[in-house]
Amino acid sequence: MNATADKDELQQLYRETILDHARKPRNFGRLAKATHTAEGINPLCGDKLHLYLTIDENETVIEAGFEGSGCAISMASASLLTETVSNLSVAEADACFAAVTQRLTQSASDGELVIKLDLSSLKALDGVRAHPSRIKCATLAWHALHAALSHSQTSATTE
Amino acid sequence: MSQPQATETNDIAYCRSDFPALHQEVNGSPLVYLDSAASAQQPDAVIDAVARYHREDHANVHRGVHTLSHRATELYEGARDKLVNFINAASRAEIVHTSGTTESINLVAQSYCRPILQAGDQVLITWLEHHSNIVPWQLVCEQTGAELIVAPINDRGEVDRDELRALMTERVKLLGIGHVSNALGTINPLQEIIAEAKQQGITVLVDGAQAVPHMTVDVQALGCDFYAFSSHKMIGPTGAGVLWGREALLEVMPPYKGGGDMILEVSFEHTVFNELPYKFEAGTPNISGTIGLGAAVDYLQSVGMQNIFEHEKHLHSYMVSKLQQVDGLHLIGTARDQACVQSFRLNDIHPHDLGTILDHQGVAVRTGHHCAMPVMQRFGLPGTTRASLGLYNNTDDVDQLIVALEKARQVFA
Repeated sequence: MNATADKDELQQLYRETILDHARKPRNFGRLAKATHTAEGINPLCGDKLHLYLTIDENETVIEAGFEGSGCAISMASASLLTETVSNLSVAEADACFAAVTQRLTQSASDGELVIKLDLSSLKALDGVRAHPSRIKCATLAWHALHAALSHSQTSATTE
Repeated sequence: MSQPQATETNDIAYCRSDFPALHQEVNGSPLVYLDSAASAQQPDAVIDAVARYHREDHANVHRGVHTLSHRATELYEGARDKLVNFINAASRAEIVHTSGTTESINLVAQSYCRPILQAGDQVLITWLEHHSNIVPWQLVCEQTGAELIVAPINDRGEVDRDELRALMTERVKLLGIGHVSNALGTINPLQEIIAEAKQQGITVLVDGAQAVPHMTVDVQALGCDFYAFSSHKMIGPTGAGVLWGREALLEVMPPYKGGGDMILEVSFEHTVFNELPYKFEAGTPNISGTIGLGAAVDYLQSVGMQNIFEHEKHLHSYMVSKLQQVDGLHLIGTARDQACVQSFRLNDIHPHDLGTILDHQGVAVRTGHHCAMPVMQRFGLPGTTRASLGLYNNTDDVDQLIVALEKARQVFA
């Protein structure tokens, strides 16, 4: 790999969207009225976050928030998550988990999803694919999402 | 601080060519290996000794009457003799081959501490310790009702000597202390600390994993009772290591593991344990790793531990002076006596992001908590970036680190 390619790959990983969300995470903070929460822990890196979801009687995620600390990738991914799942049904939100983990761990971009979703905003995470050691950082919040949707109070880990 | 010149002060620069792994490109740039505190690279002499054993001399040790078994035993026991000399043990009975520092410390926790600890007793450690010098003591304290107590450190990353002294009471049955901190590089003034512990009749175990590759270690001069270290931190293979212990203590300790090689005679009613050090070496040992460790000792001694120490001290000073010129860089661990390990933060860039950006430029560093979470908590950090040096590093490596850090600042500007 030459120096230019190397530079491009770094820019792919740390895209402006990622850096922006890492610097100014959206929906950061505890949701007092959360109905579903989960903790996400990446023991290798020390990334740690709490995900909060407010789900109404129609099984719709009406609000999502998170708090925690970690690397730029994990924080940006969590921030993007809260924007993505708001106003989705529980089934759709859980499909996002499957879609994102599939997207980051396989070469296929979207794979076969039962529910059709527009996840174009998550393209910013695609640069992680070239960094196997960082995939857990990117998927941490999504594992927490899956855990929160599966149980009302729980903890998720990338291990 | 005086500014060291960007030149080598002694003549061990030739070492670098002996380490084949260093001569490769990583992500398009020449590898800059600054992670020797996690695991050191191996010289041809070690790699070849292990390969030669596998190709020509492999058999089980202490068992066969045939020639290969004899050769394997000679090589395996020869490594023990080298280690006796390397750390100035009183005898070869005091050198127990283990799988590494972690097993060595667990052996002492279970075979020395467990039979003697009672409720109300204490095991004393410091805030600087690696998890391997914390968790084995926690386990044995849970098993016996004893208490684990911890001496604090100051903002430079040095053990608070007054607090440590105050904690050394008659309740303390063992002090477990690192020679050199893996996270911060602090070199503990062991001779003084051990002398104080001995005045209180406290048994002392030293975690020497980060000291042995970098300086002359004389266990008798230190005055400790146990000294643990690993092969792979000292340019040897993984999975091998040493517990040095005073013979009088090892003699009365029960075996840690049962099995073959640690016995003289076995019936279903009774077993007569083997003599030292074999009492603690149950089962077929890591023969090749130990032979490699012996070759590592030969290599380090041929270069000279004092030469290595001076080379690395100079290089660490150079690295610190360069790091201090990087805008937004904050050193973590500024002990007055520091080994060739430097932790730092760069602005608010998370260590893992920094590690990835450095790796892109061929620079290998450790990021995270360095298996020393309490140290990170002490400084209120989730982790640091750590550059650690070995005998094969040079000022070019440091210069490349600085270039890579400037690049990281740009990415996160």
